[in-house]
Amino acid sequence: MRADVLIIGGGLIGFSTALQLAMRGSRCIVLEKDSAGRHASGVNAGGLRQLNRHPAEIPLSVAAAEMWHNIDTLVGSDCDTRFPGQIRVAENAADMLLLEERAAMVRSLGFQHEEIIGKDQLYRLVPALSPHCIGGLISRKDGYGRPFHALDAFRRKACSLGVEFHSSTRVDELERSGTEWSAITAKGEFRAPLLVNCAGAWAGRIAAAAGDAAPVKPGAPMLMISERIPHFMDPVIGAASRKLSFKQMQNGTLLIGGAHMAKLDLEHQVTDMNWAKLAVSARTVMALFPQLKNVRIVRTWAGIEAFMPDNLPVIGSGTSPGVYHAFGFSAHGFQLSPVVGKIMSQLILDGKTDLPIEAFSIERF
Amino acid sequence: MPACDGPTIVVKDHYQLVIIGAGPTGLSAARVAADHGVDVALLDEQPAPGGQIYRAMESIPPARAGLLGDEYQHGRKIVSSFRQCNVDYLSDTQVWSLNSKREIGLLQGDEPLMITADQVLLASGAMERPVPFPGWTLPGVMNAGAGQILFKSHGIVPNDGVVLAGSGPLLLLLAWQYMHAGVKIQALLDLTPMRNHLRALPRLPRALMARHYLAKGLVYKKDLKRAGISTLHNVSDLHATGNDHISSVSFRHRGRQRSIETELLLVHFGLIPNAHLSRAAGCEYQWDRSQQCWRPELDDWGSSSIDGILIAGDGAGIGGARTAEHAGRLSALQATYALGIIDKYERDQLSRDDRKWMHDDLHIRPFLESFFHIPRKLLSVPDDDTIVCRCEEVTAGEIRMAVADGHSDSNQVKFLTRCGMGPCQGRQCAEAVAHIVAAAGGEKVAQGGHYRGRPPVAPLTLGQLASLYPEETE
Repeated sequence: MRADVLIIGGGLIGFSTALQLAMRGSRCIVLEKDSAGRHASGVNAGGLRQLNRHPAEIPLSVAAAEMWHNIDTLVGSDCDTRFPGQIRVAENAADMLLLEERAAMVRSLGFQHEEIIGKDQLYRLVPALSPHCIGGLISRKDGYGRPFHALDAFRRKACSLGVEFHSSTRVDELERSGTEWSAITAKGEFRAPLLVNCAGAWAGRIAAAAGDAAPVKPGAPMLMISERIPHFMDPVIGAASRKLSFKQMQNGTLLIGGAHMAKLDLEHQVTDMNWAKLAVSARTVMALFPQLKNVRIVRTWAGIEAFMPDNLPVIGSGTSPGVYHAFGFSAHGFQLSPVVGKIMSQLILDGKTDLPIEAFSIERF
Repeated sequence: MPACDGPTIVVKDHYQLVIIGAGPTGLSAARVAADHGVDVALLDEQPAPGGQIYRAMESIPPARAGLLGDEYQHGRKIVSSFRQCNVDYLSDTQVWSLNSKREIGLLQGDEPLMITADQVLLASGAMERPVPFPGWTLPGVMNAGAGQILFKSHGIVPNDGVVLAGSGPLLLLLAWQYMHAGVKIQALLDLTPMRNHLRALPRLPRALMARHYLAKGLVYKKDLKRAGISTLHNVSDLHATGNDHISSVSFRHRGRQRSIETELLLVHFGLIPNAHLSRAAGCEYQWDRSQQCWRPELDDWGSSSIDGILIAGDGAGIGGARTAEHAGRLSALQATYALGIIDKYERDQLSRDDRKWMHDDLHIRPFLESFFHIPRKLLSVPDDDTIVCRCEEVTAGEIRMAVADGHSDSNQVKFLTRCGMGPCQGRQCAEAVAHIVAAAGGEKVAQGGHYRGRPPVAPLTLGQLASLYPEETE
């Protein structure tokens, strides 16, 4: 089977890239070893966050936010997005100082989306918050979506434009023959002159087979969700000096993340919850919302994701001809995915992109 | 030395053997292991030993116990034998987590605890197979097992009449027990298709080797007939109707549409292994066509695919209470051997009688399984409007639409539709979803797959979780 571009990895980044390429007339094949969005793409916290991004990611994140606010025009679905804003709360003067420095840094880069708010405004936005907080940093146009719905919308749209998707199709070997890459799978050989590595936690192996070294470290950040409770809060809440991402979803459930890792057996794709760390997450939520003590936790899980040593993704071309990489989003790729697809299509079809991606080169390792 | 009850025991951080479930499997396993000096904890959610089958054995008034029949009385021996042995018996204890490292999360009252074990025996028994049909979510429609629990524990029986419907030995037994207790049974609707008689016929000769079970079934039937209880066979198209409570049940019988007014419908469609903990731990399962359920992959000692986790009794595949008792002892011997307390020879010698009894007891199963085989049409919820996931109110039609959109396994359907994401953790819909997905995709049920286990498997509040590992920091 032949195409213009072979994309390895049927997650959000893979389908976003395929979609943008297909919109410009390229024929793409997406190969996925499991099912679409089976790992990090389908089961992440769905945060649409510009707040607190690494400076190198800010231009991409701001561009992505624009796309998310109009996601319906791109994929024909709103992906269940909501934009009630995201807030990092300050619990003491040291926290507040940290946030003020952060806001100043973002402004100095020419961006205005991170804004300091005082105590009054904080409690107007989040009346349920424990009374000890003193202010916060807000990004008003941030929010969240439902990851599997987004993934599904990207996949459908891409496939409606002719993208060929093969699930349960693991790439066992990559070969370069003449001017083409060939991916050998149990379901046959797939060939194309161009190859995009969007393989997430498994991208290190694909990069190596394509001639690049990338120190990908697979990890499985844990999430937990509660039973439905009456609506009490709109914005997504983080904290200046705690690991937390906390929101009440549109259906009333509470989603709690804190970037704590499950114990991961990558070979068998099995995760065991680290209850000690989930207990820490629970204490963090209780410190900010003590009234939630009796809310029942319904489910915990951990999706398998690629982490890089500097927690920045790899975005760009590889060292071998015809190779491109987009992986290693280190648990904050969901929001970036629409713009990363666009960047990849520009790199592939125009040889350049208008967004700054130098910091994400694979050659930094 | 008598075992003392839950609250007075100081729970240790670690045990050589933790047994989960105090039914016939767990109780007989505990006795064997304790007799070999194994350091055992037996965890159970009920206030007293017995499991579902011998529920309330120690507290039941003799008159009520008499109504429950000989099989129930047999449990007295098992419970009293268990009471002679030295184990940490933790009653009223919920187990909310088990992982592959044999870390066990439990809850006593409001206090969560984490303990570990060298060996874990899951003796979690069976649950009734949930089969969604139109109207099954209406108040007043209950599982037959729930009816039996109310009767055993509290002597509560329906006052204003009841319709029993479904297929399986338990339905017949409950009808018989209700009859003796003077309950007005409006009708017994047997949904077992007539063709099952033919299907079961070749298995009859082997079943005759366990003919006491057959005899018992025939006695129940005869008694019900003599009492004038109307039993309708070969019933189909079961349908409960009512506004905010069931008011009538309608069905097809002998080519005619019929309906009976009732305030209470008890349904039963057979038993399946209770697999919530073992799934959460990651034990491997395979589809059993004869039992129409998933069974854990086990060796003949009950060892699962995970080192140090054993599964025995109905949780390993439905075999009934007597088999469960033997299987519990076999697994306890295996655990004792794995702990290095007995050698292989001793284990094998000590297991001989139980193996023989178990083999004999199981003669009846192939016959029962084919006789009470549930029609695939019923399992795959033909009516699009029927709610399958009652927590998230997802219908069969929505699930079929997800399959048509290219989502070819239960987990993808779950992600998309939220079926199985509610507080019951998919207990009520996992089986039906697998059948619907398989039927809609033209696949075998095994391909449709089962929801991945996601702890906690019992309710745990944020406050309870927060009280665990107090020394742990970010």
